[in-house]
Amino acid sequence: MSVELLSALTVFILAILCGFAVISKVPATLHTPLMSGANSIHGIVLVGSMFIAIEATDPAAQVLSFIAVAFATMNVVGGYVVTDRMLQMFKRKPAAASAAGGASAPASASAKPEA
Amino acid sequence: MGDLTALETLVRIAWLAGAVAFVLGLIRMNSPATARNGNLLSAGGMALAIGATIVFLLLEPRQGDVNVVGWVIIAAGIALGGGLGLYTARTVKMTAMPQLVSLFNAVGGGAAALIAIDDYLGLAGTGTLPTLQVNVATVLDIVIGSITFTGSLIASGKLMGLKITPSKPVMIPGGQLVTAALALIVVVGAVYLWAGNLSLAVMVAILAAALVFGVTMTLPIGGADMPVVISLLNSFTGTAVAMAGFVLDNVVLIIAGALVGASGAILTKLMADAMNRSVINIMVGGFGGGEGTQTAAGGAGGSVREISADDAAIQLAYASSVIVVPGYGLAVAQAQHGVRELAELLESRGVDVKYAIHPVAGRMPGHMNVLLAEANVPYPQLREMEEINPEFDRADVALVIGANDVTNPAARHPGSPVSGMPILDVDHAKSIIVIKRSMGRGYAGIDNELYTNPKTGMLFADAKDGLAQLTAAVKAL
Repeated sequence: MSVELLSALTVFILAILCGFAVISKVPATLHTPLMSGANSIHGIVLVGSMFIAIEATDPAAQVLSFIAVAFATMNVVGGYVVTDRMLQMFKRKPAAASAAGGASAPASASAKPEA
Repeated sequence: MGDLTALETLVRIAWLAGAVAFVLGLIRMNSPATARNGNLLSAGGMALAIGATIVFLLLEPRQGDVNVVGWVIIAAGIALGGGLGLYTARTVKMTAMPQLVSLFNAVGGGAAALIAIDDYLGLAGTGTLPTLQVNVATVLDIVIGSITFTGSLIASGKLMGLKITPSKPVMIPGGQLVTAALALIVVVGAVYLWAGNLSLAVMVAILAAALVFGVTMTLPIGGADMPVVISLLNSFTGTAVAMAGFVLDNVVLIIAGALVGASGAILTKLMADAMNRSVINIMVGGFGGGEGTQTAAGGAGGSVREISADDAAIQLAYASSVIVVPGYGLAVAQAQHGVRELAELLESRGVDVKYAIHPVAGRMPGHMNVLLAEANVPYPQLREMEEINPEFDRADVALVIGANDVTNPAARHPGSPVSGMPILDVDHAKSIIVIKRSMGRGYAGIDNELYTNPKTGMLFADAKDGLAQLTAAVKAL
C-alpha cells in the first residue's frame, strides 16, 4: 500500500468520525435545514468536475464533464441559497420576540396593547 | 512524495481552509441562534475551495496547449447549473422545498457518478488497468452515485405528486425479485472488475443496474417516509463524492464527502427515531401505507361525533386559550396562511393562541416551523412538544389540523405500532376539534383513539377549506 493511499484513507476515516461528531444534539426544528446544508457541502464535487473538464479532449468526455459541472454547480448554488432561505425564517425569532411580531402580525397588536 | 510547487501548496491550504469551514459551519448549524451564520461560513469555504481550484487550473504549468474547450465547458456548465440552481432556489414555494432539496441531491450524486464514468472511459480507451484502489473507488462511485441520482429523482417526484411517481407506495410485480437480481448484477460485475478485468460492457451493465435499482428501491416507499429516504440518499451522495475523491486523488472531495456521508447517516437515524421507526423498516416497506391508506370502516371501537363549522367556531371564539396542532394534512393542503388568519382573528377577540409543534410534524422534521414562519406566524407562539404538553391541561380547545399519529393516545400503552412514540397530549384539553378529510388512518395504519373520545368533535374537511369555513363562521359571530 502506498503512502498516498494510506494518508487518503486516514483522512477519509477521520472525516467520517468528524461527521458523526458534529451532529449530536440538534433540535428537531433544525433537521431539515441541516440536511439541506449538508446537501450543499457535497456540491464540492464541482472541484472534481472542473478537473475532468479541463482534461477532456474527446467529445464523450467533454459532454460528460459539461453535465457534471452543470449538475455540481446546481447542487452548490441551489443548495446554499435554499438553506439560507429556510434559516432566514428562523432568524425572525429574536426580532419577533422583542417587537412581539411587529409589522409581521398587525392583527395581534390590538389584542395585546402593551406590546 | 516530492515537494509541492508554491501554487499547489497554496491551493491545498485553501482546500483545507474550505474543509475546516464545512466542519465549523455544520457545528454552528446545530443551534438555531448560529445556524444561518454557519451556513454562510460553509458557503464561504465552498467559494474559497472552488475559487482556488479555478486559479490552480489557470496557472498550473501543463504540457501542450491551453484546453480552450475545457474552459468553455467549465464556464458554460457553471453558468447553466448556477442559473438553474439560483432560480429554482429563490422562486420555490417553501411548501415545495423538500422536493427541491431532493433534486439538488440527485444532481450532486449524478455529478459524482459522471466523474467515475469519465475516468473509466479514459482508462478503457487506452487499455490501462486501474490500480485496485482506483478500481474499487470507481465502481463504488458509479454504483452509489447512480442509485442516488434516480432514487432522489423518484423521491422528488413523489413529493411533487407527479402521476408517474404517486406518493403512495407503488408495488412492482415481483419487486423483491427484480431488486435482488439488480443487486446480483452489481455485485457480480464489481467482483469481476476488481479481479483485474477491464471491461466497458461490464461497467455499463453495473451502471444500468444501479440506475434501475434506485428506482425500484424508492418507488415502493410511501410519501410520508420520504424525508428519511431523502436524508439517507443525501448521505449516499456524500459517500459517492468521497469515492470520486479517491478516483481523482483529491483530498477535499474525500473530506467533504465523508463528512456529509457520516453526518447524513446520523441525521437519518435521528429522523427515523423521531418517527419511532427504524431505517431498515422504512427501506423494506415496513407497515407504512402512506397517507393515502384509507379505510371504509368509520373508526372501529367507538362512535365519532361530527361537529359543524359553526359550532366549532363558537367553541373557539369563546375560549380563553386555544392550542393549534398542525400536521401533515396542513402541509399537504398548504393551509399555513389559513391557520394564521384564523389565529389572528381569534387573538383580536382576546383568545390566547399557541401552536404545538411535534418534532416530526409536516413533511420533514422542522418543516412545520418553516411553513408557519413563512405564513408570518410569530415565532414565540410556536411551542415544542415538551414545553406545550403540560399546557394542554389548561387549554379550553385543542384544534388538530391534519395531524394523526402524533396525537394518538394509543402510543402511551404497549401493543400498538405507535407505542412509545412521543405524542402531544391533545386529549388533556377540555375539548378537541379535529379537522380531517376522512376517517382515513395515518401512515401507521391504525385507528386513532382520540377521534372516538367523547370530548372530540370531528370537522370533516380539507385543512384549507375547513379553516376557511371556521374563519368565516367566527367573523359572522
